[in-house]
Amino acid sequence: MLKPCHTRRLASIAPLLALALPAVAAPDPSDWQSVLAQAEGQTVYWNAWGGEARTNAYIEWVAQQVDERYGIELVHVKLGDTSEAVSRVLAEKQAGNDDAGSVDMIWINGENFAAMKDNDLLFGPWAESLPNYPLTDPDNTPAVRYDWTIPVEGLESPWSSSQVVFYYDTALVEEPPDNMPELLDWAAQNPGEFTYPQVPNFLGNAFITQALLELSDNTEVFYAPMQEDEFDEATAPLWAYLDELHPHLWRSGRAFPSNSADLRSLMGDSEISIALSFSTTEASGAIANYELPDTVRSYVHDSGMIGNISFMAIPYNAEHKAGAMVVANYLMSPEAQAEKQDPEVWGSNTVLSMEQLSAEERALFDDIDLGIATLPPSELGKVLGQPHPSWVDALAEAWQTRYVN
Amino acid sequence: MLLRLAPWILISVLVVPLAAGLLMVILPAFGYLPVLGGETFHFDAWQALWQRPGLYRSILLSYASGLITTLVALAIVALFLAASRGTWLDRGIRRLVSPLLAIPHAAVAFGLAFLIAPSGLFVRWVSPGLTGWERPPDALIVNDPLGLSLMAGLVLKEVPFLLLMCLAALPQLDPERRVTLARSLGYSANIAWLKSVFPVLYPLIRLPVYAVIAYATSVVDMAMILGPTLPPTLSVSILGWFNDPDLDHRYMASAGAVLQLGVTLAALLTWWLGEQCVKRVSQGWLINGARNTGSMAIAVGGRLLLTTTTLLAISAIGGLVIFSVAGFWRFPDALPGTFTLDHWQRILPSVTTPLLNTLSVGLAATLSAAVMVVATLENAVRHHLPVSRSQWLLYLPLIVPQVAFLFGLVVAAESINVRPQMALVIAAHLLFVAPYLYLSLSEAYRRLDPRWMQAAHSLGASPWRAFWQVRLPLLLAPLLTACAVSLAVSIGQYLPTLLLGGGRVPTITTEAVAMASGGNRRLIAVLALLQALLPFIGFSLALLIPRLAWAKRRQMRGVA
Repeated sequence: MLKPCHTRRLASIAPLLALALPAVAAPDPSDWQSVLAQAEGQTVYWNAWGGEARTNAYIEWVAQQVDERYGIELVHVKLGDTSEAVSRVLAEKQAGNDDAGSVDMIWINGENFAAMKDNDLLFGPWAESLPNYPLTDPDNTPAVRYDWTIPVEGLESPWSSSQVVFYYDTALVEEPPDNMPELLDWAAQNPGEFTYPQVPNFLGNAFITQALLELSDNTEVFYAPMQEDEFDEATAPLWAYLDELHPHLWRSGRAFPSNSADLRSLMGDSEISIALSFSTTEASGAIANYELPDTVRSYVHDSGMIGNISFMAIPYNAEHKAGAMVVANYLMSPEAQAEKQDPEVWGSNTVLSMEQLSAEERALFDDIDLGIATLPPSELGKVLGQPHPSWVDALAEAWQTRYVN
Repeated sequence: MLLRLAPWILISVLVVPLAAGLLMVILPAFGYLPVLGGETFHFDAWQALWQRPGLYRSILLSYASGLITTLVALAIVALFLAASRGTWLDRGIRRLVSPLLAIPHAAVAFGLAFLIAPSGLFVRWVSPGLTGWERPPDALIVNDPLGLSLMAGLVLKEVPFLLLMCLAALPQLDPERRVTLARSLGYSANIAWLKSVFPVLYPLIRLPVYAVIAYATSVVDMAMILGPTLPPTLSVSILGWFNDPDLDHRYMASAGAVLQLGVTLAALLTWWLGEQCVKRVSQGWLINGARNTGSMAIAVGGRLLLTTTTLLAISAIGGLVIFSVAGFWRFPDALPGTFTLDHWQRILPSVTTPLLNTLSVGLAATLSAAVMVVATLENAVRHHLPVSRSQWLLYLPLIVPQVAFLFGLVVAAESINVRPQMALVIAAHLLFVAPYLYLSLSEAYRRLDPRWMQAAHSLGASPWRAFWQVRLPLLLAPLLTACAVSLAVSIGQYLPTLLLGGGRVPTITTEAVAMASGGNRRLIAVLALLQALLPFIGFSLALLIPRLAWAKRRQMRGVA
């Protein structure tokens, strides 16, 4: 409780504070009508990775929708890497630009989110007050409240769910491996036909994390911040495994593809016959794009595969916060989510909980044809959570010390 | 008078942003970055940097690839020029080379990677017929640890640049007369050229050569595609640290950027020392009187090497064209199983704005650079100023690696409340466009026979009238070529466009790089070809306009 004399003093400086604040106060998402009113006529600069034509086309579709519905002009700022947007916000903060930032909304998760949250670069909390947020059934879906075990705390709104899957060419591989030890046996018999992207690429990180989780007896330790003294022991099985695996990899492990796209090209060129992806529909999409032969199929390991959710975040200094919230809310609508899940459009999985939807809305999802190389949700198996980012950072660091020389 | 200020305006436009950007990178390198809590100066970032796995190898790679690339490219160009006799074949090869300048580095890299990879076009053409390979061989060619494929890619791009620079500088030296004189003394034509023309040509192309060294030691896009990965070159590592989600890596990245500057300077210094050695050692060879030794080798080698690089570059582009219309393409088929226009149809609707932006930024930067550079040169010529040491300042933006100051420049611009916008992007492009324009134009400008202007003055023309009616028309061809080079430089800029435009000024290059991160070769091919289109038009116009303008004046076509 404030003492009266303090309240009086506060009252006297209140007009001064108001002068210091930007002309429009930060929008309050619990008063949705006023957010909508503020958002109308705004131009929202959405910074999102632009490396996939289908994603770009979907974002363009969203831009048309929010223009028609809310009078918002949505501009896709195409990034080669999400951290470019983080750099931008950081530079603005460094230069003291606290209210007219050039980034209104970022497609983000994991380490980039952790970095922005740690350095107070995010606006919020706002996400849990969005009208569509309850559709994700947050009380029963912890994944939307923890981004790589980091509490989201309303600083980002869920957008897309993804899971690692392997894919293989049925023309070249008879029976795909069911777990990491079998993958090693297979690689030993088929030298040069498997590889994974170079760590610290996110898919490379995902592969070694998946291996770590599969090869460890006790995985609980990985979901809390890493303590220095436990690292060596906890990761010993992983290094033993990789030391054995690398000589059997593509180019004998002397070079690694730089990202998932490179990996896919190797598959398309028949250089390798098993690859992995962070999108369950990647194989179907790539077949439709003529990048992979139509004999490619997806599969998962017995014990489950790593998965995560990606989000929308608003930087602390965004100029058009209201517009960004309205777009983020629209992105969570059943209509926008169903459109996104259609492999003909993009094929990225929804974050909505089907139980929270009306029969009509559910039908939007039931009618989607998943494509020939995509596993139906029932066959995707268990989703393994992302370990704490401190573990992933330490793994990436150790991998480089070990294998870069 | 305004003209007297021109050199100072030009230098400040280039040096002030550069210095501001460098400062903003040097401070964090020594621990000062208040926004991340770094308030004291210390050497922690340098310690972290030295402990990076593979750092020494990265440094060595950047250093060596810069020097080797330049040496090879220069040798190819010199040998070709020595062997070249102005026959239809030689003219044909020359003509093939210049459009190669228009093709962006990244596009050449993608094309080359696809030619020489174990699953690439060359292996496909001979498989399985000659090799028996049904699957690509497991051989490390692209991304090889020695950086050989990276150097090959760089050579493909630098040869056209150096050749163009030589061709621009040669006419002032009157090479035919020198060669004729030497031949009358019994020297074979090739040896005559190497001994009597090259030693006077080299000083004129020295700055372009230095620019090539600086570029090759710090290149990012080509190194990402063709260079080694375990570890990558220094510049690629630095970009990775700047982009690392762990923001504490910024300190190390900044230290790395300063280190990169050191590596580039070390390579330049090495080259300079090499120049001094060659100068002494070659004295004996120049005057030893040998008239024919090696002549045959030069005649064959000079033409063969240049033809090979040219054909490689053209096949690389051919590969891109095939990919841009390819359906699925299984190894070892020599051609795709099906062809489709899907990729073009998918990209074309969304490229209008980027193309317009590219063109506006490129033309604005080129025109303002041209005005400033011509004013500076005109001032120097009118006042008979010698080539001053301060002109080195103009080349700083080419010698300081982009990664070393652009991140700092963004902070500097924000600090004085300049928000990302097209004007800022144009200003940033100017940093790179103006030096190249100066580089391409200054020799031709200075060497124009002063008697033309004296004749104009004696006929009563004012200095400005003489400038507009005599000097500019005489210099039309080199001026247009310089503008075409500059336009190509502007179109190829990625980091400056992205960072200073805040991503809000999409150009064909930012679109291409964003798409490249998704790795769909077919769409990348479409964008790379579109990216090459504008500079290609620029170079064609630079060749065509003088021809049309002087269609009825045969002699004018030969000037400069």
